Amino acid sequence: MSGQQRSCAGTANIIEVKSKFRTEYRRFGLQQASATGFQEFYKLLLSIHRIPGLDVFLPYVDFHGKLFPINNDDSFRRAVSCAQPLLRVILQHKDDEPRTFMKKKKGSGAKAKGKPRSGLLIGPPMDFHLVSSIIDVDILPETLRRVRLHKHSSNKTLGFYIRDGQTVRLTPQGVEKVSGIFISRVVPGGLAASTGLLSVDDEVVEVNGIEVAGKSLDQVTDMMVASSHCLVITVKPANQCNSMAHLSSRPPDSAHSPASKTQLISSAMDGECDNEEHDIIIETDGLSPSLPVPAVASGDGD
Amino acid sequence: MMKFRFKRQGNDTQREKAKQDVFAFNKQTVEHGFPSQPSALAYDPILRLMAIGTKSGAVKIYGSPGVEFGGRHVPGGAVTQMHFLLGQGRLLCLLDKNTLHLWEISPGDKGSSLDKTLSITLPGRPGVEGVRASRVTTLLPTRRCDLLCMGTEGGAVRTLALPSLAALEARMLLQDQVLQRRVSGVPDEYKCGRSLGPVESLQEHPRYPGKILIGYSRGLVVLWDLNTWQLDALFLGNQSLESLSWERSGRNFVSSHSNGSYVLWAVGGSRCPPVCRPMSCTRPYGPSPCKAISKILWRTSESGIPLVLFSGGMSRASYGDRHCLTVTQGDTQVALDFTSRIIDFFTVHHTEDGDRFDDPTALVVLLEEELIAFDLQTTGWPVIPSPYLASLHSSAITCSYHVSNVPRELWQRVAAAGRLQSPSQTAAKWPISGGNSFASAPKQKDLLLTGHEDGTVRFWDASGMSLTPLYKLSTASVFQTDGDHSNSSAQEEEWPPFRKVGLFDPYSDDPRLGVQKISLCKYSGRLVLAGTAGQVLVMCLNEEWSDHVISSSVIDLLQDRKGFTWKGHDQLDPKAGRIRFMPGFQPVVLVQCIPPASITTVALHAEWNLVAFGTSHGFGLFDYHFRCPVLARCTLHPMDTIAMEGPLSRIKSLKKSLHQSFRRIRKSRLCGQSRLLVQGLAGKESSKQLGEQGDSRDADVAPVQRRIEARSAEDSLSGVVRCLCFADTYLRDAAQHGPTLWAGTNAGCVFAYALKVPLRSGSWGGAVEAILSKEIQLTHRAPVVGVAVLDGQGNPLPEPYQASWDLATSLDVQASHSVLIASEEQIKVFSLPKITMKAKLKLTANEGCRIRKVALVSLAGSHALLCLTNLGDVQAFSVPGLRPQGRENCIHREDVSGMASCVFTKTGQGFYLISPSEFERFSLSKCQVSSSLCSVEVQRNSQTAVPSTPPWRSGTPSASSTGGPPSLGGQDGVRISPGFSCGDIVMDTTGDLTVEDVKDFLASVDEMENNLRNRSTNDWHSAGILINGTVWNVL
Repeated sequence: MSGQQRSCAGTANIIEVKSKFRTEYRRFGLQQASATGFQEFYKLLLSIHRIPGLDVFLPYVDFHGKLFPINNDDSFRRAVSCAQPLLRVILQHKDDEPRTFMKKKKGSGAKAKGKPRSGLLIGPPMDFHLVSSIIDVDILPETLRRVRLHKHSSNKTLGFYIRDGQTVRLTPQGVEKVSGIFISRVVPGGLAASTGLLSVDDEVVEVNGIEVAGKSLDQVTDMMVASSHCLVITVKPANQCNSMAHLSSRPPDSAHSPASKTQLISSAMDGECDNEEHDIIIETDGLSPSLPVPAVASGDGD
Repeated sequence: MMKFRFKRQGNDTQREKAKQDVFAFNKQTVEHGFPSQPSALAYDPILRLMAIGTKSGAVKIYGSPGVEFGGRHVPGGAVTQMHFLLGQGRLLCLLDKNTLHLWEISPGDKGSSLDKTLSITLPGRPGVEGVRASRVTTLLPTRRCDLLCMGTEGGAVRTLALPSLAALEARMLLQDQVLQRRVSGVPDEYKCGRSLGPVESLQEHPRYPGKILIGYSRGLVVLWDLNTWQLDALFLGNQSLESLSWERSGRNFVSSHSNGSYVLWAVGGSRCPPVCRPMSCTRPYGPSPCKAISKILWRTSESGIPLVLFSGGMSRASYGDRHCLTVTQGDTQVALDFTSRIIDFFTVHHTEDGDRFDDPTALVVLLEEELIAFDLQTTGWPVIPSPYLASLHSSAITCSYHVSNVPRELWQRVAAAGRLQSPSQTAAKWPISGGNSFASAPKQKDLLLTGHEDGTVRFWDASGMSLTPLYKLSTASVFQTDGDHSNSSAQEEEWPPFRKVGLFDPYSDDPRLGVQKISLCKYSGRLVLAGTAGQVLVMCLNEEWSDHVISSSVIDLLQDRKGFTWKGHDQLDPKAGRIRFMPGFQPVVLVQCIPPASITTVALHAEWNLVAFGTSHGFGLFDYHFRCPVLARCTLHPMDTIAMEGPLSRIKSLKKSLHQSFRRIRKSRLCGQSRLLVQGLAGKESSKQLGEQGDSRDADVAPVQRRIEARSAEDSLSGVVRCLCFADTYLRDAAQHGPTLWAGTNAGCVFAYALKVPLRSGSWGGAVEAILSKEIQLTHRAPVVGVAVLDGQGNPLPEPYQASWDLATSLDVQASHSVLIASEEQIKVFSLPKITMKAKLKLTANEGCRIRKVALVSLAGSHALLCLTNLGDVQAFSVPGLRPQGRENCIHREDVSGMASCVFTKTGQGFYLISPSEFERFSLSKCQVSSSLCSVEVQRNSQTAVPSTPPWRSGTPSASSTGGPPSLGGQDGVRISPGFSCGDIVMDTTGDLTVEDVKDFLASVDEMENNLRNRSTNDWHSAGILINGTVWNVL
């Protein structure tokens, strides 16, 4: 079998494929002309690995060394076009936890986030959730970073502290020294620390799109706590080396994906956050008060 | 989501118009209560007006009931002395910063007001050692109101022209002038150059204007004629002097001394100048050492027996800590024993020249915490009830509750009970009767109820301008307390003849008695009081004396929760057996919660005979008709252990937070005057200040940091029940409405119960049942501060019995109801019975402020939701749309206790405590503004007009304002020789020299130097004199 594959390798319109399932490797060639359908490719791989009927994911490794899923014809074509010269595919059993995806928040995160309800499955979103994202890269000055923190479960803390401080700001009177709000501490293991997007001495410029200039520390604290389940903070990072100026100069495929869907932060953000924040209403009509059976109904507008 | 956004837009102009029609903020319309920290008192017998000055610089004028207005010194400072320029409607105030201010009562289209016309800084500031001598100790405006005499610490008497406050430098009386002139018969001990001490008292001769009595601290009293600038008489006192008072005829005067004695002196004879010895010396509470008599008044009466009134003088060892004022007339003597320090007092008496006797009608005493007037014409000198300056804080206020538009019947019954409680002992009218109040009679009767720490509830008439007491209700008699001493009424020994007067009593017998929550049904007269130890008392209004047993029940709010121990206070023990109650509100049912934590909220539905109450552990529902519990629900989170341990474990932090808030209050009181300034200053200034603060803070300590963390269910005190409400609405289905109970907790949870309330018309009613129907958990978990059910039009549901009184307000059953839930962070409106959200407002996420108080009020016919936030501003929102209607800064941001005490009325007014003893009333409605409408007729002739350009300049107003540089050795006979220097003062070194002597000497030298420098700024002498380093303080 392996000899047959190797014999096809030399031709120009044949793609070299290296596929891996658990500890087994297969290498084979694929006619570029016949590489059209995802379903065919999927069946081919299953038969090659002799695991017919098994549910697998098909992530491939692009030329940056990152994993992207192949799950429809489009993504398959993209994977084929990226195969320079080798298309590396990793077969993953659906029962195996695909933890590898969690690491990449910036790229695939927003993509998955954008269509959670559309039924179109990109990657393995079922056991996957977003914890943070950088948004509005295209409308913000390069020195600022707008971060959205999603707090899903109550067992992980947000984990940061803010303080009063001094900053300079351009006012009609010229450059003035004014008071500002800064991140004073990031708790290790907390959500903020795990994102790596917030760090000590970053200046907080906005909370939920509302400028904090002129507000007291207590007011800003209240604003943040009040929207802690879905907090959007715009910071001026103390360390400008990692600012968006660098990120935006990345190759095109990662640049177009993150922020393009969130043009208008205020409206889009409002809607998205609202969806997450529906109050839980437990109806216990007709039941004895001592035995409340929680029947969760959805809250917002339906 | 989209539909809400769509709804919020559009018809903005209409909204703007509605906003203007309805919302109008009126801050500080009236202040009720007693001014905090009074420090000075003045009375004008011609205009019959009284003035009170405070330590924070406020000045308030009071006349007949309804006549009150005031002003405030900016920047502040304690008012130490106040004097009216008699009949002119002008008031002189001396502040502790040695500044003198002239206020004028001026007529305006909205009634009289008090305006400051002149301010001057007198030389010398307290604390600056060199110029201490020129600090003013006492003031005396002459009766003709042309001259103001000022006694100084250094012993000199300065004069200022009135009303211009121009210094008459030539007319300054120094101590050496008094003694070094042709006086014979003065003993050597006065003559040998020793200082006489500061001027303690200045009193003008009642018959001869221009003659003033000058009392020096060391005891010497001098009668000086200002017209001839001559000494008329010398009175050789040998005791340290405290005060002086003339007898009406001018033939006698009386002096009081620091050893607790008073001395009567005779003035007379034509010998020039006579040296007099005392006529008689009395030590009323001797012979053991006594405290000083700080002020004495001598009033003649038609009966021939003079009335002597003095403060202090008590035996130091036995009664040194009492605040006493003794009134003596012949054999009758009473020591009025007050509960707080005496600031000052005066008598209201006949002052016209035609009257032969003083015949005082009333004595008015200003104490640190209250004002009390006595009728001096009725035997026994009973107290005259005061129409204003009510001592709100007689025991600390723990809560307040406002009832608008009280039905006539209830009002009369409460008022009758109040009259019965304190039968008037005197027919005398309020003695201070100046000015006219032309405020119209209030359209409706409003009640303000205040709950106090000692378990009392006071009912105040809040319908008009001033807050007057109506009725007082005590709950202490229901319980056994440590303070129960039946022998407390036992009379003390006969001498001194004490008589306890005054309401102010800051010492609570038992803090558990404190009233925390009040609810009153104004239609049925049912009252619920809930207290610190988990006690809930249901009361009925009864016109008869009653002798009954109170039905007592206990509700365990923990239910079957295990593993918790209450470490707080014990529950109160109710008295067993029959208790006799006065007519008025009488307790009928007592419910006690277990654990006995303080009640945090209470709700009453008199029509269903139900009372609901909540604590930090849960809530309960009680049927007080059948006297049985209906429901008890624990709201504790299983992880919340702090709530269980009770207040003891939190004492430290509580103490700390109390301490902090008191400090904050003090701070805000101190800078109370700059409050307005701070508010006025916009952006730049304040941000600059902030910047500076930040600078200094950075240098000193690590900056404060705040943790950003989402709320979790395990947060401490999440089980506290914050609000309860009853409503007749559609909870279970849209077809049938029925009784419901709503409860909101600190954890953002709302419980809705459907109630089965059987009709009570038949003989058998059946038991009330409560079934949990809905449970709403707000995702943001902020404490729920208010729940209200709205009808189809968005109006609040009628109160119990309201529909039967007023058919127009019957329950709206046409459209669907909705429920408004306000948390500290958000306000949401849900439709009923299906809980779907109709509108919401995220206040905290957008503005960073948290809601402290909410109330549904009626502003000019339309309903609005008022929110007080932790920034101290009040915001109004429309219901049910939650569109912003207006926003105003109201309470100072740091005034935490002010916000905690704030109550809104149903008509859009509000009350909050600006000090422990004062309510400030504000209004947010255009229709409802209560402000003082009064006028004082003042006639001033043109000569006495104040110059339009006040002579305040950077330096003292002295030299230049008298016109031209004063020549040395002027014609007035005040002569200081150019060669005068320190050497001329001979010091008595033979006697025993004390530190005080040296100080006095230095002080007098300083003063002379200052004077000299003033007079001869060009003179080379001045340079030589200033060698010792005393620098004239250029202000």
